[in-house]
Amino acid sequence: MSYFGHVFTHLRKDLQLEWRSRDSVVGMLFFALLVVIIFSLAFDPTAAVSRQIAGGILWVALLFASFTALNQSWTREQRNRVLDAQRMSPSPASALFLGKALANLIFVSFVELVLAPFFLIFYNLHALGQGWMLAVVMPLGTWALVCNGTFFAAMSLRTRYREVLLPLIMVPISLPALLGMMQATTAILTGESDPGIWIRLLVAYNIAFTTVCLLLFETVLSAE
Amino acid sequence: MNEARQADESARTTGLLAAARLDGVSKLYGGFAALRKVTVEFAAGSSTVVLGENGAGKSTLLRMIAGLIAPTRGAVHVFGDEPRWQRRRMAYMSHEAMLYDELTAMENLRYFARLHGGCVCGAPEQALRAVGLDPALTRPVGQYSQGMRQRAALARALQTDPELLLLDEPFSNLDVDSAKHMVELLMEFRTRPVSTAAAEQGARGRTIILTTHQAHLAEPLAETTLTMRAGTILSVSDAAREGER
Repeated sequence: MSYFGHVFTHLRKDLQLEWRSRDSVVGMLFFALLVVIIFSLAFDPTAAVSRQIAGGILWVALLFASFTALNQSWTREQRNRVLDAQRMSPSPASALFLGKALANLIFVSFVELVLAPFFLIFYNLHALGQGWMLAVVMPLGTWALVCNGTFFAAMSLRTRYREVLLPLIMVPISLPALLGMMQATTAILTGESDPGIWIRLLVAYNIAFTTVCLLLFETVLSAE
Repeated sequence: MNEARQADESARTTGLLAAARLDGVSKLYGGFAALRKVTVEFAAGSSTVVLGENGAGKSTLLRMIAGLIAPTRGAVHVFGDEPRWQRRRMAYMSHEAMLYDELTAMENLRYFARLHGGCVCGAPEQALRAVGLDPALTRPVGQYSQGMRQRAALARALQTDPELLLLDEPFSNLDVDSAKHMVELLMEFRTRPVSTAAAEQGARGRTIILTTHQAHLAEPLAETTLTMRAGTILSVSDAAREGER
Protein backbone atom coordinates (compact mmCIF):
# COMPACT_ATOMS: atom_id res chain seq x y z
CA MET A 1 0.00 0.00 0.00
CA SER A 2 1.22 3.51 -0.81
CA TYR A 3 2.03 6.10 1.85
CA PHE A 4 -1.18 8.00 1.13
CA GLY A 5 -3.08 4.73 1.26
CA HIS A 6 -1.90 4.40 4.87
CA VAL A 7 -2.87 8.03 5.59
CA PHE A 8 -6.33 7.40 4.15
CA THR A 9 -6.71 4.21 6.22
CA HIS A 10 -5.95 6.14 9.44
CA LEU A 11 -8.21 9.03 8.41
CA ARG A 12 -11.13 6.74 7.62
CA LYS A 13 -10.73 4.94 10.95
CA ASP A 14 -10.71 8.24 12.90
CA LEU A 15 -13.81 9.46 11.08
CA GLN A 16 -15.49 6.13 11.77
CA LEU A 17 -14.60 6.32 15.49
CA GLU A 18 -15.93 9.87 15.76
CA TRP A 19 -19.09 8.99 13.88
CA ARG A 20 -19.77 6.22 16.41
CA SER A 21 -18.95 8.21 19.56
CA ARG A 22 -19.35 11.89 18.52
CA ASP A 23 -17.61 12.94 21.75
CA SER A 24 -14.92 15.18 20.21
CA VAL A 25 -17.11 17.23 17.90
CA VAL A 26 -19.99 17.65 20.36
CA GLY A 27 -17.62 18.73 23.16
CA MET A 28 -15.84 21.20 20.88
CA LEU A 29 -19.04 22.62 19.48
CA PHE A 30 -20.64 23.36 22.83
CA PHE A 31 -17.46 24.89 24.22
CA ALA A 32 -16.96 27.16 21.20
CA LEU A 33 -20.62 28.20 21.17
CA LEU A 34 -20.51 29.06 24.86
CA VAL A 35 -17.41 31.22 24.44
CA VAL A 36 -18.91 33.08 21.48
CA ILE A 37 -22.23 33.70 23.25
CA ILE A 38 -20.68 34.68 26.59
CA PHE A 39 -18.34 37.22 24.98
CA SER A 40 -21.23 38.66 22.98
CA LEU A 41 -23.38 39.06 26.09
CA ALA A 42 -20.50 40.39 28.19
CA PHE A 43 -19.41 43.15 25.78
CA ASP A 44 -22.60 43.74 23.79
CA PRO A 45 -20.42 45.17 20.98
CA THR A 46 -21.50 47.53 18.21
CA ALA A 47 -20.92 46.44 14.60
CA ALA A 48 -17.68 48.46 14.38
CA VAL A 49 -16.30 47.06 17.64
CA SER A 50 -17.37 43.57 16.62
CA ARG A 51 -15.22 43.74 13.50
CA GLN A 52 -12.24 44.71 15.64
CA ILE A 53 -12.59 41.92 18.22
CA ALA A 54 -14.32 39.12 16.30
CA GLY A 55 -11.11 37.67 14.85
CA GLY A 56 -9.56 37.32 18.30
CA ILE A 57 -12.70 35.85 19.90
CA LEU A 58 -13.24 33.38 17.06
CA TRP A 59 -9.73 31.96 17.11
CA VAL A 60 -9.44 31.88 20.89
CA ALA A 61 -12.75 29.99 21.05
CA LEU A 62 -11.55 27.52 18.41
CA LEU A 63 -8.14 27.13 20.04
CA PHE A 64 -9.54 26.23 23.44
CA ALA A 65 -12.30 24.10 21.97
CA SER A 66 -9.79 22.14 19.90
CA PHE A 67 -7.84 21.09 23.02
CA THR A 68 -10.65 18.73 23.99
CA ALA A 69 -10.69 17.05 20.57
CA LEU A 70 -6.91 16.85 20.34
CA ASN A 71 -6.55 15.13 23.70
CA GLN A 72 -9.47 12.87 22.94
CA SER A 73 -8.02 11.74 19.61
CA TRP A 74 -4.95 10.22 21.31
CA THR A 75 -6.80 8.93 24.36
CA ARG A 76 -8.65 6.59 21.99
CA GLU A 77 -5.33 5.18 20.82
CA GLN A 78 -4.16 4.65 24.37
CA ARG A 79 -7.32 2.83 25.49
CA ASN A 80 -6.85 -0.97 25.31
CA ARG A 81 -3.22 -0.30 24.28
CA VAL A 82 -4.20 0.11 20.63
CA LEU A 83 -1.19 2.35 20.20
CA ASP A 84 1.07 -0.67 20.76
CA ALA A 85 -0.67 -2.42 17.86
CA GLN A 86 -0.12 0.71 15.76
CA ARG A 87 3.57 0.75 16.65
CA MET A 88 3.90 -2.94 15.83
CA SER A 89 2.46 -2.46 12.36
CA PRO A 90 4.87 -1.79 9.49
CA SER A 91 2.91 1.35 8.57
CA PRO A 92 4.91 4.63 8.69
CA ALA A 93 4.39 6.55 11.94
CA SER A 94 4.07 9.85 10.06
CA ALA A 95 1.08 8.41 8.16
CA LEU A 96 -0.67 7.90 11.51
CA PHE A 97 0.09 11.51 12.42
CA LEU A 98 -1.09 12.89 9.08
CA GLY A 99 -4.27 10.80 9.12
CA LYS A 100 -5.11 11.98 12.61
CA ALA A 101 -4.28 15.64 11.87
CA LEU A 102 -6.52 15.51 8.76
CA ALA A 103 -9.34 13.97 10.81
CA ASN A 104 -8.95 16.75 13.40
CA LEU A 105 -8.97 19.31 10.57
CA ILE A 106 -12.32 17.92 9.42
CA PHE A 107 -13.74 17.97 12.98
CA VAL A 108 -12.65 21.57 13.69
CA SER A 109 -13.80 22.72 10.22
CA PHE A 110 -17.21 21.18 10.90
CA VAL A 111 -17.40 23.12 14.18
CA GLU A 112 -16.45 26.32 12.31
CA LEU A 113 -19.24 25.77 9.79
CA VAL A 114 -21.82 25.30 12.53
CA LEU A 115 -20.40 28.22 14.50
CA ALA A 116 -20.38 30.67 11.57
CA PRO A 117 -24.10 31.59 11.51
CA PHE A 118 -24.17 32.05 15.31
CA PHE A 119 -21.10 34.24 15.06
CA LEU A 120 -22.61 36.40 12.33
CA ILE A 121 -25.87 36.83 14.28
CA PHE A 122 -24.41 37.48 17.74
CA TYR A 123 -21.75 39.91 16.50
CA ASN A 124 -23.82 41.47 13.72
CA LEU A 125 -20.94 40.95 11.28
CA HIS A 126 -20.39 41.55 7.61
CA ALA A 127 -16.94 41.88 6.11
CA LEU A 128 -15.85 45.31 4.85
CA GLY A 129 -12.76 43.82 3.20
CA GLN A 130 -12.54 40.91 0.76
CA GLY A 131 -14.79 38.41 2.52
CA TRP A 132 -13.83 35.54 0.22
CA MET A 133 -10.35 35.61 1.73
CA LEU A 134 -11.80 34.09 4.89
CA ALA A 135 -12.06 30.89 2.84
CA VAL A 136 -8.24 30.97 2.65
CA VAL A 137 -7.53 32.13 6.21
CA MET A 138 -9.86 29.68 7.95
CA PRO A 139 -8.34 26.44 6.56
CA LEU A 140 -4.79 27.79 6.98
CA GLY A 141 -5.43 28.82 10.59
CA THR A 142 -7.25 25.60 11.38
CA TRP A 143 -4.43 23.48 9.96
CA ALA A 144 -1.90 25.41 12.10
CA LEU A 145 -3.98 24.58 15.19
CA VAL A 146 -4.59 20.91 14.46
CA CYS A 147 -1.14 20.10 13.08
CA ASN A 148 0.63 21.48 16.15
CA GLY A 149 -2.08 20.24 18.45
CA THR A 150 -2.02 16.66 17.16
CA PHE A 151 1.76 16.59 17.50
CA PHE A 152 1.93 18.05 21.00
CA ALA A 153 -1.03 15.97 22.19
CA ALA A 154 0.92 12.86 21.16
CA MET A 155 3.98 14.24 22.95
CA SER A 156 2.09 14.75 26.20
CA LEU A 157 0.26 11.42 25.89
CA ARG A 158 2.33 9.53 28.44
CA THR A 159 2.44 12.34 30.99
CA ARG A 160 0.23 12.43 34.05
CA TYR A 161 -1.19 15.93 33.47
CA ARG A 162 -1.64 15.83 29.72
CA GLU A 163 -4.82 17.96 29.70
CA VAL A 164 -2.84 20.78 31.36
CA LEU A 165 0.40 20.15 29.51
CA LEU A 166 -1.06 20.41 26.01
CA PRO A 167 -2.11 24.09 26.26
CA LEU A 168 1.10 24.91 28.14
CA ILE A 169 3.25 23.63 25.27
CA MET A 170 0.99 24.42 22.37
CA VAL A 171 -0.05 28.03 23.00
CA PRO A 172 3.46 29.55 23.14
CA ILE A 173 4.58 27.65 20.04
CA SER A 174 1.41 28.55 18.17
CA LEU A 175 1.71 32.28 18.97
CA PRO A 176 3.02 33.32 15.51
CA ALA A 177 0.22 31.36 13.86
CA LEU A 178 -2.39 32.72 16.29
CA LEU A 179 -1.21 36.25 15.58
CA GLY A 180 -1.38 35.55 11.84
CA MET A 181 -4.90 34.13 11.90
CA MET A 182 -6.30 36.82 14.22
CA GLN A 183 -4.74 39.71 12.33
CA ALA A 184 -5.71 38.30 8.93
CA THR A 185 -9.33 37.77 10.06
CA THR A 186 -9.53 41.27 11.58
CA ALA A 187 -8.01 42.81 8.43
CA ILE A 188 -10.63 41.07 6.27
CA LEU A 189 -13.52 42.04 8.55
CA THR A 190 -12.53 45.71 8.96
CA GLY A 191 -11.07 46.22 5.47
CA GLU A 192 -8.55 48.61 7.02
CA SER A 193 -5.38 46.74 6.07
CA ASP A 194 -4.07 44.11 3.70
CA PRO A 195 -4.27 40.56 5.15
CA GLY A 196 -1.69 39.34 2.59
CA ILE A 197 1.32 39.50 4.89
CA TRP A 198 -0.51 37.54 7.61
CA ILE A 199 -1.64 34.91 5.13
CA ARG A 200 1.96 34.50 3.94
CA LEU A 201 3.04 34.13 7.56
CA LEU A 202 0.44 31.39 8.05
CA VAL A 203 1.57 29.57 4.89
CA ALA A 204 5.23 29.69 5.96
CA TYR A 205 4.36 28.60 9.51
CA ASN A 206 2.29 25.68 8.23
CA ILE A 207 4.98 24.47 5.84
CA ALA A 208 7.68 24.65 8.52
CA PHE A 209 5.68 23.01 11.30
CA THR A 210 4.08 20.33 9.14
CA THR A 211 7.53 19.29 7.93
CA VAL A 212 8.99 19.24 11.44
CA CYS A 213 6.01 17.30 12.84
CA LEU A 214 6.19 14.69 10.07
CA LEU A 215 9.93 14.23 10.54
CA LEU A 216 9.84 14.00 14.33
CA PHE A 217 6.68 12.04 14.85
CA GLU A 218 8.28 8.58 14.88
CA THR A 219 10.60 9.72 17.68
CA VAL A 220 7.64 11.08 19.66
CA LEU A 221 5.64 7.90 19.15
CA SER A 222 8.41 5.60 20.35
CA ALA A 223 9.43 7.77 23.31
CA GLU A 224 9.09 5.94 26.65
CA MET B 1 27.46 -5.89 19.54
CA ASN B 2 29.87 -6.99 16.80
CA GLU B 3 30.09 -10.47 18.33
CA ALA B 4 26.30 -10.67 18.28
CA ARG B 5 26.20 -9.67 14.61
CA GLN B 6 28.91 -12.19 13.74
CA ALA B 7 27.00 -14.88 15.61
CA ASP B 8 23.86 -13.98 13.67
CA GLU B 9 25.72 -14.11 10.39
CA SER B 10 27.15 -17.53 11.17
CA ALA B 11 23.78 -18.76 12.39
CA ARG B 12 22.14 -17.45 9.22
CA THR B 13 24.55 -19.37 7.05
CA THR B 14 24.07 -22.59 8.98
CA GLY B 15 20.28 -22.20 8.95
CA LEU B 16 19.98 -22.07 12.73
CA LEU B 17 18.99 -18.44 13.06
CA ALA B 18 17.33 -17.61 16.36
CA ALA B 19 13.87 -16.09 16.18
CA ALA B 20 14.85 -13.73 18.98
CA ARG B 21 17.97 -13.17 21.02
CA LEU B 22 18.84 -10.91 23.93
CA ASP B 23 22.49 -10.27 24.72
CA GLY B 24 23.25 -8.87 28.18
CA VAL B 25 20.05 -6.84 28.17
CA SER B 26 19.16 -4.57 31.07
CA LYS B 27 16.21 -2.24 31.36
CA LEU B 28 16.20 0.46 34.00
CA TYR B 29 13.28 2.68 34.95
CA GLY B 30 14.96 5.31 37.09
CA GLY B 31 16.48 3.29 39.91
CA PHE B 32 14.36 0.20 39.26
CA ALA B 33 15.83 -2.59 37.13
CA ALA B 34 13.04 -4.39 35.24
CA LEU B 35 15.62 -6.62 33.51
CA ARG B 36 19.19 -7.32 34.66
CA LYS B 37 21.81 -8.50 32.17
CA VAL B 38 19.51 -11.03 30.53
CA THR B 39 21.04 -13.25 27.85
CA VAL B 40 18.66 -15.67 26.22
CA GLU B 41 17.93 -17.14 22.80
CA PHE B 42 14.59 -18.32 21.41
CA ALA B 43 15.17 -20.84 18.64
CA ALA B 44 13.20 -20.42 15.42
CA GLY B 45 10.28 -22.85 15.35
CA SER B 46 10.23 -23.32 19.12
CA SER B 47 7.54 -22.66 21.67
CA THR B 48 8.58 -21.07 24.96
CA VAL B 49 6.57 -20.32 28.06
CA VAL B 50 7.97 -17.61 30.29
CA LEU B 51 6.89 -17.98 33.91
CA GLY B 52 7.32 -15.68 36.85
CA GLU B 53 5.51 -13.67 39.48
CA ASN B 54 4.16 -10.18 38.86
CA GLY B 55 7.07 -7.79 38.38
CA ALA B 56 9.50 -10.55 37.38
CA GLY B 57 10.20 -8.81 34.06
CA LYS B 58 8.19 -11.09 31.73
CA SER B 59 6.25 -8.31 30.02
CA THR B 60 9.34 -6.13 29.72
CA LEU B 61 11.16 -9.02 28.04
CA LEU B 62 8.33 -9.53 25.57
CA ARG B 63 7.82 -5.82 24.83
CA MET B 64 11.52 -5.53 24.18
CA ILE B 65 11.46 -8.37 21.65
CA ALA B 66 8.44 -6.68 20.05
CA GLY B 67 10.48 -3.48 19.73
CA LEU B 68 8.03 -1.52 21.87
CA ILE B 69 10.70 -0.58 24.39
CA ALA B 70 14.43 -0.17 23.94
CA PRO B 71 17.02 -1.78 26.22
CA THR B 72 19.03 0.48 28.50
CA ARG B 73 22.03 -1.80 27.94
CA GLY B 74 22.66 -4.79 25.68
CA ALA B 75 21.18 -5.74 22.32
CA VAL B 76 17.97 -7.37 21.10
CA HIS B 77 17.81 -9.17 17.79
CA VAL B 78 14.78 -10.59 16.02
CA PHE B 79 15.63 -12.85 13.08
CA GLY B 80 19.13 -11.42 13.29
CA ASP B 81 17.99 -7.83 12.93
CA GLU B 82 16.67 -4.93 14.97
CA PRO B 83 13.06 -5.67 16.04
CA ARG B 84 11.65 -2.63 14.23
CA TRP B 85 12.82 -3.96 10.86
CA GLN B 86 11.07 -7.29 11.41
CA ARG B 87 7.57 -6.04 12.25
CA ARG B 88 6.07 -7.80 9.25
CA ARG B 89 7.24 -11.16 10.58
CA MET B 90 5.95 -10.90 14.13
CA ALA B 91 2.76 -10.18 16.03
CA TYR B 92 2.18 -9.17 19.62
CA MET B 93 -0.84 -9.77 21.77
CA SER B 94 -1.19 -8.32 25.24
CA HIS B 95 -3.72 -9.09 27.98
CA GLU B 96 -5.51 -5.96 26.78
CA ALA B 97 -7.44 -6.26 23.53
CA MET B 98 -5.42 -3.71 21.50
CA LEU B 99 -8.63 -3.06 19.55
CA TYR B 100 -10.91 -0.03 19.25
CA ASP B 101 -13.99 -0.38 21.45
CA GLU B 102 -16.17 1.58 19.01
CA LEU B 103 -15.48 -0.69 16.01
CA THR B 104 -16.63 -4.23 15.35
CA ALA B 105 -14.05 -7.03 15.40
CA MET B 106 -14.21 -7.21 11.61
CA GLU B 107 -13.64 -3.45 11.20
CA ASN B 108 -10.72 -3.62 13.63
CA LEU B 109 -9.12 -6.54 11.84
CA ARG B 110 -9.58 -4.99 8.40
CA TYR B 111 -7.98 -1.77 9.61
CA PHE B 112 -4.90 -3.54 10.98
CA ALA B 113 -4.68 -5.82 7.94
CA ARG B 114 -4.53 -2.73 5.71
CA LEU B 115 -1.79 -1.19 7.86
CA HIS B 116 0.13 -4.41 7.57
CA GLY B 117 0.02 -3.93 3.82
CA GLY B 118 -1.23 -7.43 3.21
CA CYS B 119 -4.26 -8.58 1.28
CA VAL B 120 -7.38 -7.63 3.22
CA CYS B 121 -9.49 -10.00 1.15
CA GLY B 122 -10.35 -13.00 3.29
CA ALA B 123 -7.67 -12.87 6.00
CA PRO B 124 -9.73 -11.07 8.69
CA GLU B 125 -12.77 -13.32 8.06
CA GLN B 126 -10.62 -16.45 8.25
CA ALA B 127 -8.87 -15.29 11.42
CA LEU B 128 -12.16 -14.51 13.14
CA ARG B 129 -13.71 -17.84 12.15
CA ALA B 130 -10.57 -19.63 13.37
CA VAL B 131 -11.01 -18.17 16.86
CA GLY B 132 -14.73 -18.95 16.84
CA LEU B 133 -16.10 -15.46 16.25
CA ASP B 134 -18.70 -14.60 13.65
CA PRO B 135 -17.25 -12.06 11.15
CA ALA B 136 -20.77 -10.69 10.59
CA LEU B 137 -21.17 -9.69 14.25
CA THR B 138 -22.35 -6.06 14.29
CA ARG B 139 -21.69 -5.38 17.99
CA PRO B 140 -18.70 -3.16 18.68
CA VAL B 141 -15.76 -4.73 20.56
CA GLY B 142 -16.59 -2.56 23.60
CA GLN B 143 -19.71 -4.68 24.14
CA TYR B 144 -17.88 -8.03 23.95
CA SER B 145 -17.32 -10.29 26.93
CA GLN B 146 -13.72 -10.62 28.14
CA GLY B 147 -13.38 -14.01 26.43
CA MET B 148 -14.62 -12.65 23.12
CA ARG B 149 -12.26 -9.68 23.36
CA GLN B 150 -9.30 -12.00 23.92
CA ARG B 151 -10.33 -14.14 20.96
CA ALA B 152 -10.69 -11.06 18.75
CA ALA B 153 -7.27 -9.91 19.95
CA LEU B 154 -5.80 -13.29 19.03
CA ALA B 155 -7.45 -13.08 15.60
CA ARG B 156 -5.81 -9.68 15.08
CA ALA B 157 -2.43 -11.15 15.89
CA LEU B 158 -2.89 -14.27 13.77
CA GLN B 159 -4.36 -12.65 10.65
CA THR B 160 -0.97 -11.38 9.49
CA ASP B 161 0.40 -14.93 9.46
CA PRO B 162 3.34 -14.14 11.79
CA GLU B 163 6.45 -16.30 12.10
CA LEU B 164 7.03 -15.04 15.63
CA LEU B 165 4.02 -14.72 17.93
CA LEU B 166 4.48 -12.87 21.23
CA LEU B 167 1.73 -13.38 23.80
CA ASP B 168 1.72 -11.42 27.02
CA GLU B 169 -0.56 -13.01 29.63
CA PRO B 170 -3.11 -14.16 27.03
CA PHE B 171 -5.12 -16.16 29.60
CA SER B 172 -5.67 -13.37 32.10
CA ASN B 173 -9.39 -12.75 32.71
CA LEU B 174 -10.29 -15.95 30.87
CA ASP B 175 -12.14 -18.89 32.40
CA VAL B 176 -10.47 -22.30 32.22
CA ASP B 177 -12.47 -23.50 29.19
CA SER B 178 -11.75 -20.35 27.18
CA ALA B 179 -8.07 -20.60 28.09
CA LYS B 180 -7.96 -24.24 26.97
CA HIS B 181 -9.63 -23.28 23.70
CA MET B 182 -7.00 -20.60 23.18
CA VAL B 183 -4.21 -23.11 23.81
CA GLU B 184 -5.76 -25.43 21.21
CA LEU B 185 -5.81 -22.57 18.71
CA LEU B 186 -2.17 -21.82 19.41
CA MET B 187 -1.23 -25.49 19.05
CA GLU B 188 -2.98 -25.52 15.67
CA PHE B 189 -1.23 -22.29 14.70
CA ARG B 190 2.17 -23.88 15.42
CA THR B 191 1.50 -26.68 12.97
CA ARG B 192 0.60 -24.33 10.11
CA PRO B 193 3.29 -24.22 7.45
CA VAL B 194 4.99 -20.84 6.98
CA SER B 195 4.34 -18.95 3.76
CA THR B 196 6.50 -19.64 0.72
CA ALA B 197 8.12 -16.21 0.99
CA ALA B 198 8.99 -16.84 4.65
CA ALA B 199 10.36 -20.29 3.85
CA GLU B 200 12.56 -18.76 1.16
CA GLN B 201 13.91 -16.37 3.81
CA GLY B 202 14.96 -19.38 5.88
CA ALA B 203 11.98 -19.54 8.27
CA ARG B 204 11.98 -22.77 10.26
CA GLY B 205 8.38 -22.87 11.42
CA ARG B 206 6.42 -20.72 13.79
CA THR B 207 7.84 -19.47 17.04
CA ILE B 208 5.71 -18.72 20.07
CA ILE B 209 6.88 -16.88 23.18
CA LEU B 210 4.19 -16.72 25.83
CA THR B 211 4.32 -15.16 29.27
CA THR B 212 1.97 -16.27 32.01
CA HIS B 213 1.78 -16.91 35.71
CA GLN B 214 -0.74 -19.72 35.11
CA ALA B 215 1.77 -22.45 34.23
CA HIS B 216 -0.79 -25.26 34.21
CA LEU B 217 -2.78 -23.63 31.39
CA ALA B 218 0.22 -23.13 29.13
CA GLU B 219 1.70 -26.60 29.69
CA PRO B 220 0.90 -27.98 26.20
CA LEU B 221 2.88 -25.09 24.68
CA ALA B 222 5.83 -25.36 27.06
CA GLU B 223 8.46 -26.91 24.78
CA THR B 224 10.88 -24.74 26.71
CA THR B 225 10.06 -23.15 30.05
CA LEU B 226 11.88 -20.09 31.20
CA THR B 227 11.44 -18.92 34.78
CA MET B 228 12.11 -15.33 35.73
CA ARG B 229 12.46 -13.55 39.04
CA ALA B 230 13.35 -9.93 39.80
CA GLY B 231 14.46 -9.18 36.24
CA THR B 232 16.73 -12.19 35.86
CA ILE B 233 16.34 -15.64 34.34
CA LEU B 234 16.21 -18.16 37.12
CA SER B 235 16.07 -21.34 35.05
CA VAL B 236 15.54 -22.70 31.55
CA SER B 237 14.12 -26.16 31.16
CA ASP B 238 13.56 -28.15 28.00
CA ALA B 239 10.50 -30.44 27.96
CA ALA B 240 12.15 -32.99 25.60
CA ARG B 241 15.22 -33.34 27.84
CA GLU B 242 13.07 -33.55 30.96
CA GLY B 243 11.14 -36.37 29.25
CA GLU B 244 14.34 -38.30 28.44
CA ARG B 245 15.34 -38.22 32.09
